[in-house]
Amino acid sequence: MPPLLSIEGLDVRYDSPRGDVRAVDGLDLVLEAGETYALVGESGCGKTATAYATLRLVEPGRIAGGRILFQGRDLMALSEKEMRRVRGAGIGFAFQEPGAALNPVMKIGTQVGESLRIHRGLSRKEAWREAVRLLTAVSLPDPERQASSYPHELSGGMKQRVMLAIALSCRPALLIADEPTSALDVTIQAQILDLLRKLKADYNLTVLLITHDFGVVAEVADRVGVMYAGRLVEEATARELFADPKHPYTRALLRAMPEEGDDGRGKRLRALPGNAPDPVVPPPGCRFHPRCPDVFAPCAGIEPANLVLSGGRRVACHLHAPESR
Amino acid sequence: MSTGPLVEAKGLAKTFPARTGWFGSSGPGVRAVDGVDLTVHAGETVGLVGESGSGKSTLGRLLIRLIEPGAGTVRFDGTDLLALAPGPLRRMRRRFQIVFQDSHGALNPRMKVGTLVAEPLAIHGIGAGRAERRERAAGLLEEVGLDRGALDKYPHEFSGGQRQRIGLARAIACQPEFVVADEPVSSLDPSVQAQIVNLMAELQERRGLAYLFIAHDLRLVRHVARRVAVMYLGKIVEEAGTDELYSRPLHPYTKALLEAAPRRDPQAPRARVLPGEPPSPVRPPSGCRFHPRCPVAEAVCSREEPKLLAIGSERLVACHLVAGVVSSSAAD
Repeated sequence: MPPLLSIEGLDVRYDSPRGDVRAVDGLDLVLEAGETYALVGESGCGKTATAYATLRLVEPGRIAGGRILFQGRDLMALSEKEMRRVRGAGIGFAFQEPGAALNPVMKIGTQVGESLRIHRGLSRKEAWREAVRLLTAVSLPDPERQASSYPHELSGGMKQRVMLAIALSCRPALLIADEPTSALDVTIQAQILDLLRKLKADYNLTVLLITHDFGVVAEVADRVGVMYAGRLVEEATARELFADPKHPYTRALLRAMPEEGDDGRGKRLRALPGNAPDPVVPPPGCRFHPRCPDVFAPCAGIEPANLVLSGGRRVACHLHAPESR
Repeated sequence: MSTGPLVEAKGLAKTFPARTGWFGSSGPGVRAVDGVDLTVHAGETVGLVGESGSGKSTLGRLLIRLIEPGAGTVRFDGTDLLALAPGPLRRMRRRFQIVFQDSHGALNPRMKVGTLVAEPLAIHGIGAGRAERRERAAGLLEEVGLDRGALDKYPHEFSGGQRQRIGLARAIACQPEFVVADEPVSSLDPSVQAQIVNLMAELQERRGLAYLFIAHDLRLVRHVARRVAVMYLGKIVEEAGTDELYSRPLHPYTKALLEAAPRRDPQAPRARVLPGEPPSPVRPPSGCRFHPRCPVAEAVCSREEPKLLAIGSERLVACHLVAGVVSSSAAD
């Protein structure tokens, strides 16, 4: 069976007065059906651009190269009309800020039912009934009554539940969730992650999760890709990544945050110096080399190849190249 | 200078008018902070944690009289802040400052960084003139890790982390003794968070600053604070030394918060999920405000509001069940 989603050599560019912003640069990514894959990285690393590119929604930017195969179909070759079908029924999308994504003047039930009417041709009444069922599935309290409410009447956590109901309404095979819990409080975040695990099982979903939070990754991800400056620098199962991070950037990120039980006494956090690089003129060679604690001879001149290590994990770093060991 | 606490708040309360109705008729109001005592000693960091709507930011602002309380008192180094006339209050303001989460919104985008950092000096009449204040601003920027080239740039030319450095330079300009840091790193990337947390620790050591560190990231609070207060719906429900609080949380809400924080270990057992959401502070629940979500609530919890009681010498907890256990074990 082919993988559910296969991204090959994806390039996403945005125009800027100073030249092209290389938001995503030669990204390869494969999602197997049934897994939860987390794409992690800091602001500007290209993780969100990758998610939007999968839906071909990168305007005002453009997909400058690469292929995206979803269920074996090349999404780049589809007409806009066919692509709309994929967005509605093939790939569901939950946005980071449901407050901004929901229509403020439309009842919740109508919004959840909207794509059912468009894609499955349900009547207004049938769509409403199905919407209430979906709102029940995402554990919105009192779904029959809440279906008649408007977004502003709901809390952030409730809006995220509604967002998930909309994303799942047409039974997509793939759910892309962009920072679904970043704007939420910890106890609500735990509820939504719990719901995500439940929905994944109930709806037989494959999930692409975009996040900057390694805590969230540890909670839900099977596999993890770490992005830096438009490139995938490391990929491994969640278990491998936390137990034995290979890329110096991944290591630095995991180290920078206080450890469990860190009481801070007389200690500083192990901060990563510097800032993310200029996306218009990224550093030559490895893009992380100016901040890397382990930088050595080849890093500034030669771009590291994507190495496949034992067990299928990948890393793009000269330290792990056979000739440097 | 007195030898008491640097900041001492008693019975602080603040209700914001809630506009309901089309014509702005006010309802009962949002009880953002409802009878809070809090003490901060010179040079220490007190952590304040809680979720949205818990009143933690409002409490931070009340402590430095950025907003006026509806009830209660705040003493700063022994002086009753609320009794001060505008003139003496303005002079007192040199001694405490605030740093905001949103460094973008907090810095005037039309002012150059040099002017922004020198502004508090000008307001408080520090430095002989513009040129001297500019030199001082350059020194402050250097202290927070920015070079003097920053003086003539605008805030938007900097990254989020650098803007937070500028915010800190402004905050320390008049040599305050107390800084309220309201989610100072929450909107920053993890690698940058660590830089700012370290910088704040350096400034504290060098200048003897006391911080009220308001945050929702419990792990970070454990790293920075020696004492932590946990707020829920306008009230402090537990306050303890950091070690005690994290190793042995007593209030069910504190326990839930600690459990809900994601662990960075894919093999760790999944946390028990606290059901429900915080209720509206407009109409808080009767009795203990946490009782509708509390996994161990009993009948008394919905009837009577628990008092914040001392458990041992270093800890305060507002929970009927904890109080019951302690008093019965004391009776044994």
